[in-house]
Amino acid sequence: MKKLFAGLGGLAALFALSPAHAQGTVKVGLVMSYSGQFADLGTMMDTGVKLYMKEHGDTVAGKKIQIIRKDSGAAGTAPDVAKRLAQELIVRDKVDIVAGFSLTPDALASADVFTESKKMAVIMNAATAIITAKSPYFVRVSIPLPQAMSALGTWAAKNGGAKKVFTMVTNYGPGIDSEVAFQTAFKAAGGQVVGSVRFPVANPDFSAFAQQLKDSGADAAYIFVPGGEQPAALGKALAEHGVSPKTIKIYSSGELVNDEPLKSMGDAALGIVSGWHYSWTHKSDVNAKFVKGFNEMLNGRNPDQFAVSGYDGMALIYKALEKTKGNADGDALVAAAKGLAWESPRGPISIDPETRDIVQDIYMRRVESVNGKPQVVEFDKLTAVKDPVKAQLKAEGKLNPDGTTK
Amino acid sequence: MLATFVSLLFDGLGYGMLLFVLSVGLSVTLGMMNFVNLAHGAFAMVGGYVAITLMHHAGWPFLATLPIAFLAAAAASVVVERVLYRRLYRASDLDQSLLTIGIVFMSIAIAAYVFGTNQQPVQLPDWLRGREVIGDFSFGVYRLFLIGAALIITVLMVLGLDYTRFGAQVRACVDNQRMARGLGLNVDNIFTLTFALGSGLAGLGGALAIEPMGLDPNFAFKYLVYMLIVVAVGGLASIRGAFVTAALLGVIDIFSKYYIPQVGSFVLYLVMVGLLVWRPAGIFARR
Repeated sequence: MKKLFAGLGGLAALFALSPAHAQGTVKVGLVMSYSGQFADLGTMMDTGVKLYMKEHGDTVAGKKIQIIRKDSGAAGTAPDVAKRLAQELIVRDKVDIVAGFSLTPDALASADVFTESKKMAVIMNAATAIITAKSPYFVRVSIPLPQAMSALGTWAAKNGGAKKVFTMVTNYGPGIDSEVAFQTAFKAAGGQVVGSVRFPVANPDFSAFAQQLKDSGADAAYIFVPGGEQPAALGKALAEHGVSPKTIKIYSSGELVNDEPLKSMGDAALGIVSGWHYSWTHKSDVNAKFVKGFNEMLNGRNPDQFAVSGYDGMALIYKALEKTKGNADGDALVAAAKGLAWESPRGPISIDPETRDIVQDIYMRRVESVNGKPQVVEFDKLTAVKDPVKAQLKAEGKLNPDGTTK
Repeated sequence: MLATFVSLLFDGLGYGMLLFVLSVGLSVTLGMMNFVNLAHGAFAMVGGYVAITLMHHAGWPFLATLPIAFLAAAAASVVVERVLYRRLYRASDLDQSLLTIGIVFMSIAIAAYVFGTNQQPVQLPDWLRGREVIGDFSFGVYRLFLIGAALIITVLMVLGLDYTRFGAQVRACVDNQRMARGLGLNVDNIFTLTFALGSGLAGLGGALAIEPMGLDPNFAFKYLVYMLIVVAVGGLASIRGAFVTAALLGVIDIFSKYYIPQVGSFVLYLVMVGLLVWRPAGIFARR
């Protein structure tokens, strides 16, 4: 018993010390899926975070950055976990900034926590357009999906020569978001949607859907699947049913053509066109340095969109803190983040002061054989694209000055 | 119309056979030995990673990795059985579940540590990919291969368990341990071997499944529900039951996803509930 009290006393002393110690510290809480179905997404984002801190040191504007990591586990399927973790980080660990959020439901569930506590939350992945409108303290560095999918839909109808499209998306927030964005843009540009299907989030076999595409009479397919095992599984099911870019035009978001699915699909992937904000093959000095650093940190693996978002999320936090001279107050940080612009490995990016969402270039890329291996090659780009969903809301007068919805 | 129907039927069979090769080992360990072996997926994952490692780092051909995947998972299971499972043969279902689910979590963490959290890209030799065209119809080559593999496994298992001395010993030990012991059978060794057989089949199934299902540390958990459905609906100790059930579920799943995609993912579970209400002990349960 005595020992227990002594231990408790020691702990109490530690706690008593920590506030004084924390004077020059800014605490950043990371809520990400470090385990479960989307564990790899967490690995990529976290490595991006670590790489930025390795390159830029752990001190900014005289403050030491302290990272506290929390595992949101099976991201997306248990949003209450993400919310609880965000609460714990703010109430118990007294963090100044929260960042991460692997999937949309995690971010949506946590929105009120940040509105009430007035802490800045940096979204490093969750990609449904509406998220940033749910709390005035959200700032996003990843992508609102419609940003890329609208651009892709327009391009497919105008430049790609597609007339009749069949859309295939995973049945959850971002999937539906991207389906609507692609279809709307495709129709506006003169195309016709001949059919659509939404597949379950857990779906080991895609052959029924490949068959539907085949029987739909479409001359083009649009595909959105989240990361994990699905891109490769879907790609293989298509190839197995004789559906390849040689017979039908295939348009997709970036996940389908990341490194692992490309390796699994092999030559069947050649010709897939994707509209997206980042590939490690992007040609710029900043990106070359980023890819090299990332390769060294993760056994030669190449960064993907999750990695670059983790990296840019930290960049945003550092730059905002520099602007506020180390003041980690939520309102001050969000004000500082608005309008920030810098060159990311993906190209020039900025934070839209009206919506707190990212403004970035969207690249049109095709899978081509480079040195005998399928690889994404950029061939066109749209510069400084904003999120069309929030532009629409604004036009309808449904957006508040702080970027939230009425 | 006909071509689509035949194609769906074939895809469904192929998918069902994939479920079968993943689950058949479980109908040995859970079904025959009556051990709530939720770690079945972990042994399947061992097979998957062994196959991938041999293919990518040692340049082995895919087919040659299959027996090694079987042996590796079987060997791993012998260790686990001798050290852990053995103590819990007489324990309650809950204790067995807790132990094996713990093993699943440990296996996920170990796989993530050793192999990383990423998907392992799998590319099979050309002769196993693509489509075989016969008249108006065409069939995925890998699905044909899976169906063939499943048939071979079924025949070997049924013959082995029903018509060999070892099979008779296994059945004797499982049905009446005391009597078997009294007759001079080495029950402990036979249990170890039987468990190794079930886990080896898991490893083989894991290696066969990486092409269609992919492989990452979460594999141990991801397909557990499907495995349990196949074994539960088929009738616990029945290899034939698992075979028929897997084929049935595969076909139903593919058809429902094609014709009614809005509710496609639920039909499988509705069918499961219906079948279990009809035959609570499984379609092919021994009376």
